[in-house]
Amino acid sequence: MNLLPVPVADWLFRWRQSDGTSPLVLGQRRVFILPTRAGLLFAATLATMLLGAINYSLALGHALVFLLAGLGFSGMVQAFRNLVGLSIAPGRCEPVFAGEIAHFPLHLGNLRDEPRLALTLSADGTRQVHCDVPAAGQTTVALPLDARVRGLLELPRVRLESRFPLGLFVAWCYPRPAMTCVVYPKPIATPLPLPTAAAHAGERHGLAGQEDFAGFRPRQPADSPRHVAWKAAARSPANQPLPVKLFLGGTGAELLFDWEQLADSGNTEYCLSVLTGWVLAAEAAGIPYALALPGVAIPPATGDEHRRRCLDALARFS
Amino acid sequence: MMARKPLPALERGSTPWLIVTALAVTIPHTDELPIWLSLAAAGGFMAAFALWRRGAPPPGRWLLTLAVVVGCAGILVTYRTLLGRDAGVAMLVLFMALKLLEMKSRRDAHVVVTLAYFLLLTHYFYSQSIATGVWLLAAFLIATASLVRLYGGPACSPKAALRRAGLLTAQAIPFMVILYLLFPRVAGPLWGLPQDANRARSGLPDRVAPGSIADLVLSGEIAFRVRFENPTPDRDVLYWRGPVFEQFDGTAWQRQPVSGPLPAIEVRGSRIAYESTLEPHQQVWLLALDAPLALPPGSQVSPTLSAVSGAPIRQRQRFRIESATDFRFNPAETDESRRRNLALPPIGNPRARALAAEWRSAGLDDGMIAKRALELFSANGFVYTLKPPLLGRDGIDDFLFSSRQGFCEHYASAFAFLMRAAGIPSRVVGGYQGGEANPVDGYWVVRQSDAHAWAEVWLPGRGWTRIDPTAAVAPARVESGVAAAVPAGDPLPALVQLNSAWLRDLRYRWEAVNNAWNQYVLGYNPDRQRELLSWLGLPDADWRNLVALLAAGCGLALLGLVAWALASRAGTDPALRLWQRGLARLARRGVVPAAGETPLALARRLTQERPELAGPVARLAKAYCATRYGPSPDLGALRAALAALR
Repeated sequence: MNLLPVPVADWLFRWRQSDGTSPLVLGQRRVFILPTRAGLLFAATLATMLLGAINYSLALGHALVFLLAGLGFSGMVQAFRNLVGLSIAPGRCEPVFAGEIAHFPLHLGNLRDEPRLALTLSADGTRQVHCDVPAAGQTTVALPLDARVRGLLELPRVRLESRFPLGLFVAWCYPRPAMTCVVYPKPIATPLPLPTAAAHAGERHGLAGQEDFAGFRPRQPADSPRHVAWKAAARSPANQPLPVKLFLGGTGAELLFDWEQLADSGNTEYCLSVLTGWVLAAEAAGIPYALALPGVAIPPATGDEHRRRCLDALARFS
Repeated sequence: MMARKPLPALERGSTPWLIVTALAVTIPHTDELPIWLSLAAAGGFMAAFALWRRGAPPPGRWLLTLAVVVGCAGILVTYRTLLGRDAGVAMLVLFMALKLLEMKSRRDAHVVVTLAYFLLLTHYFYSQSIATGVWLLAAFLIATASLVRLYGGPACSPKAALRRAGLLTAQAIPFMVILYLLFPRVAGPLWGLPQDANRARSGLPDRVAPGSIADLVLSGEIAFRVRFENPTPDRDVLYWRGPVFEQFDGTAWQRQPVSGPLPAIEVRGSRIAYESTLEPHQQVWLLALDAPLALPPGSQVSPTLSAVSGAPIRQRQRFRIESATDFRFNPAETDESRRRNLALPPIGNPRARALAAEWRSAGLDDGMIAKRALELFSANGFVYTLKPPLLGRDGIDDFLFSSRQGFCEHYASAFAFLMRAAGIPSRVVGGYQGGEANPVDGYWVVRQSDAHAWAEVWLPGRGWTRIDPTAAVAPARVESGVAAAVPAGDPLPALVQLNSAWLRDLRYRWEAVNNAWNQYVLGYNPDRQRELLSWLGLPDADWRNLVALLAAGCGLALLGLVAWALASRAGTDPALRLWQRGLARLARRGVVPAAGETPLALARRLTQERPELAGPVARLAKAYCATRYGPSPDLGALRAALAALR
């Protein structure tokens, strides 16, 4: 695919008006155009028709051939026009797990008072997305791309093409919006580690668990209503925060997912996958968990935000 | 390498478009195609439609192969060839019908449209009239709209597809005009035309016998058109000369290949220059006005004064000819020629021979004998009619002494016979007489119904002299045409005998339009191209100049198109445009909105800073916001508010 040396291609296809994060309007120098196979067939047909018209001295035959040639020209310019002036703005990418398909949303905007039909976008050269942009409107397309490897997946050069209106010419351009998708490691389901396994983490003893009742604390927004001590609340004066039962220790205590626990397996990606599996399992079970990676320590908690933070750390681990 | 991408599937909604396209480009061919093929094609279209309605897959490959084989065999039987023009058209129609039955991918559909464009061309083999042009332009639009629909997908409504096709076609027209005018024209054919390239069309017969001209007169077709450069001569001298018949076999006058010196013409009056546009008649006669003096290159005058083209006239052609209507032709004729024009069969028509001998023995000179013969026709109740009774073995005797009804060929033939019998060299000339001036464009139109035969006698001292015995019987034939001369009820073509003034006027207009079409559109040939170039100031342009001009013209057109594509790129909301115009007016008064300042904020700020402007600006800002963002846009109110800010 890459016929051009990278610096040349970068110069040719780089964003001119944009750093890649703000909307780009396609200018005429970005849009390329070439005849399609159908266009070549059309040209060959025209040549044959012209010979016939000359041989039989058909005046209207000449006119028809020339009208068709003109149609080729106007079809070429209109194919070009279908792309020129289109604005492309990057959207927000949802993270995916490795092995899934990442979707890169692009917002295509059309200032013109007529729709732009039959645009085809592709990030990987095989999976194509078709869309139409309404007159003076906007549409959003999600470009699929295989997320094979854990880490940050950058959106490569996108091929945006259109054969509309006649299919004789294909106009295309290579916008390159700066978009990355976070690819979490592929989770591997293994049994959760024992909470006590974190032997060296002495200071963590006494942290909240779910087994042994140890008193009350004021409720925080993240606390489940199941843990509110409703009887105690009824006894306490009004305008006080609701008391929450505090539990300590036991198997329901928080989990620590520590890189060191797995480090001796020697396979980084495997370790990350196992850790990812643990995060998902703990989150599903509602058990607070902490994550410790070399250079990263995330204190125990639960919830979507926490999960996202942990998975993000796992994805970006290097 | 990359894996081969699967072909894009044919989107269901485009199939009806393709069927309609196929119909539009094949229907006019039903006239030319054998009936079985028209029915088969119709069956194919209906089957394609039925498959589409049911969403059924295309029929199997073996079935289609069988259909191709059977169809080709049928064409082979009908035309005895698979090549050539008509068989080729039949093959294209067959393939069109079958291709519609095997459409799976978008590429198949594109092939159908390409085939449709090609089929459009084949119609011009048969007709290049205005009506054909209009129908084919419509079919062209439909074919283009189906391409648009094919690539535009379901979001492209029929109306949008047609509009887009119209826009594309409108943008193609400048290129067409430039290419039509400047593409280096080659006078065809490039290679031998197949036998069926030109079909027989009506024209002057090869022999003159009773009925041979009368048959032709039944056609209202146009034979040629003439435009005189100087004042038009009188109608009764408009004799357009075709073949000359010198050999009489008892019933028919035949042409005889003659060689001899070129005719000697003494011009006595003024020369008449004119331009003649001849319809194809597959013969060599140029039908020049008697007597031709200057002919176009590639043609010559025969010893019998017929203007003869080097090759048969197979296409409409235009010539410039100079003639003189007052002339003397071969006052000194060769003995050989005189002998030839005195020959008669040894027996037959005894009464006519006796009559001629009687005139001769009465001591009349040649001119007086001719006069006697004409008096015979005018004084004895001869009738000029398209429906003469049949004649017996001695046809001339029967005609002269019993039936006395005939058309021009009877009179010319009988007259020439009498003259030869009396010892005066004479012969029959075929051609056209008269014509009709179209007041709309000034062209004279000569039709097949103006076909005529007359006689020519050689008189000592005067040479060959035209004598039209028909004029003696029916002077109206020469003065105003055949419709005025024959009895009412004779089967003349309707066009020729139009009596209603407005119908006649309508016909004049229609024919003038057709003539303009023929002259300027269809008749655009290498000569006209040279004329145009010399008018453009390039009198000696060769093909290189043409190509350069062509490239420049097309380049300009393309540039214009690209400018259009780029200019309409930022379509702005009309309300925004009006607001920006308001801002421009404020800027002239020194009011510039701060960065990010909304219209309403600007209006509020002005109540402090420029109270005299605050009112109009507030109204403008409110109208703008209401129009741009409100539920019911009202551009009128916005315009009124803008006007207040003058």
